[in-house]
Amino acid sequence: MRFVDEFSDPGLAANLLRTIEDIATQPWRIMEVCGGQTHTIISNGIDQLLPAHVTLVHGPGCPVCVTPLEMIDRALAIAAMTDVIFCSFGDMLRVPGTNSDLYKVRAGGGDVRVVYSPLDAVTIAEQNPDNHVVFFGVGFETTAPANAMAVRAAQQRGIKNFSVLISHVLVPPAIEAIMSAPERRVDAFLAAGHVCAVMGTTTYQALADTHQIPIVVTGFEALDVLDGIRRCVRQLEGGRFTVENAYSRVVQSDGNTIAQDLLHDMFEVTDRPWRGIGTIPSSGWRLREEYASFDAERRFGVGHITAEESPLCRAGEVLQGFIKPTECEAFGTTCTPRTPLGAPMVSTEGACAAYHHRGTVAQDAAR
Amino acid sequence: MTDLAAWTCPLPLRDYPCVTIAHGGGGQLGADLVNHLFLPAFGAPAAGAELTDAAVIEPGNEKLAFTTDSYVVQPLFFPGSDIGAMSVNGTVNDLAMVGAVPLALSTAFVLEEGLEMATLHAIALSMGRAAANAGVRLVTGDTKVVDAGHGDGVYITTTGIGVIPPGVTISPDRAGAGDHVIVSGPVGQHGIAVLSKREGLDFGTTIESDCAPLADAVASIIATGTDVHVLRDLTRGGLLAGLCELAEAGSVGVKVDESLIPVPDAVMAACRFLGLDPLSVANEGTFVAFVAPADSDRVLEALHARPESRGAAVIGEVVSDHQGIVIGRTKLGGTRVLSRPLGEQLPRIC
Repeated sequence: MRFVDEFSDPGLAANLLRTIEDIATQPWRIMEVCGGQTHTIISNGIDQLLPAHVTLVHGPGCPVCVTPLEMIDRALAIAAMTDVIFCSFGDMLRVPGTNSDLYKVRAGGGDVRVVYSPLDAVTIAEQNPDNHVVFFGVGFETTAPANAMAVRAAQQRGIKNFSVLISHVLVPPAIEAIMSAPERRVDAFLAAGHVCAVMGTTTYQALADTHQIPIVVTGFEALDVLDGIRRCVRQLEGGRFTVENAYSRVVQSDGNTIAQDLLHDMFEVTDRPWRGIGTIPSSGWRLREEYASFDAERRFGVGHITAEESPLCRAGEVLQGFIKPTECEAFGTTCTPRTPLGAPMVSTEGACAAYHHRGTVAQDAAR
Repeated sequence: MTDLAAWTCPLPLRDYPCVTIAHGGGGQLGADLVNHLFLPAFGAPAAGAELTDAAVIEPGNEKLAFTTDSYVVQPLFFPGSDIGAMSVNGTVNDLAMVGAVPLALSTAFVLEEGLEMATLHAIALSMGRAAANAGVRLVTGDTKVVDAGHGDGVYITTTGIGVIPPGVTISPDRAGAGDHVIVSGPVGQHGIAVLSKREGLDFGTTIESDCAPLADAVASIIATGTDVHVLRDLTRGGLLAGLCELAEAGSVGVKVDESLIPVPDAVMAACRFLGLDPLSVANEGTFVAFVAPADSDRVLEALHARPESRGAAVIGEVVSDHQGIVIGRTKLGGTRVLSRPLGEQLPRIC
């Protein structure tokens, strides 16, 4: 195995597509939870290759999309402070806050750096004892262990000028919220494989039972996604609803217990606002009191910063699969990839941006 | 004080009261800067300026190509090349993209106080070798030194002039429906070589920059008698930025088959690891050509005979619909719009 292109083999993909075509007799709507899977779907054109009655709904699993506006504003406030080195994963740089983004803060003299690992930020803190280094710790259960590790590393190495701005969110409460909503329009879920690699799969069985929905733990390559869809359709057609693991080369049912221990030691569950969706109870993590000195929100006193979403933006409904991007009044008019109102219009794999590009082509072809 | 309201197309730029790093990433924001700030501000003297790799000027009977470029790469030395060779080859390549035979280059240095003399010497030696290899003379130059902390060691600006052979007209507006789109070699190597060195990433194999002069490869195509319609050097923003610019400038659509685009395994693996799209990663010795379908075999034959373009391949065609837009047929047979990044490519979180 070279692990370069084996899991996107066109011949095997065609077989899976034929199988899905053969077994899908009714219209089904399947939500992929994770932004990484959305990326795979869009970049391979999988949504167009499926039978027309099997529809994919892009879920709220892109950390860029769901990090709340107020948290972006808090990040911007900290990043603009003198003596702060603000470290972030790259794709948070262009996410618009209320009046600015991290690019503009950098252009205005802020020290904003792109890092590939939170541990890099710890090293930057060690090398710059006169500065305070803040890492923007966003994301789901997947990125949380590395952020916890960074805090642990800073603690062990006696590094005091390091903290994290934590905005962690959790997948199961989001699925619960989507399935409990009266507008519910999802028949099955592709669960995010890497979240399950950390947390295991057992928590999902209760969701499958309660809401009578198939949940298939799915990986991120083209064949993984197609296999996840095939398994969802097979369950739906057979009237079954259970948790299946289609990503067994990475995910074990117990997950990574070492990471879980670290997470439980460092984080506690908290209510979190989701951008465009609103607050979901017990849907995130924050640092426990004993790690308060590593919590940038407390250290810099930015917890009071709140923000109002654009009233025009319906990203939340898009992210929950209630509407398609094209059903939003702002779509393509006040909200475009150049002037995004909401995060799904920001990155090329964001649901709104993806539809926007495709719409341009459709109009052009029609002309 | 700039009057923001007076800008010709204020929408995108109003959002950016300051220059951001994304304006230099070779994407849409950089193009906005040229179209909505520089050209209107320059006014009449810039009338007729063509946004090709090199300008074509005709002082007498001869057609001259004229271009300039600045080089600000970090680190200064990276696998397969360095800032010195890049500053020569990059400008030679811009001249080559209008079919010119490069004649001479100027070299301007902005040096940072404290730069080691041995480093500067190594860069200068590399420039000399690259110029000899490309058959171009380094005829004039300038040196300035800035205070420590005000530069990144060395910035180099080179300006080049070349002669376009009679009868050769290469320009984006010559793109025609049916033209074959040829890429001269595998894409993505330069950007990954620089990034892996800068970030200290080890992929278990060394990916080398493709940095090379392309004037001889272009001359070899022209020597086959082919009427080359369009050429584009694929630098910042990679293949996608190049194709998108050409689709817009030529008011044509471009269709590519992603399974035909040569991407080295190591580049693909590194890009997947880093969350980058290899089609948007920088190159320094790779170009695309649009030629009539009847010419495409002999163009490929000429390119395959040269080491810097041994991996050349037809990757798609020019179409008359979806003007200004590049569509990719994915390896699985779906389609997607291939858009250029807005600014620099941003690694994804997950």
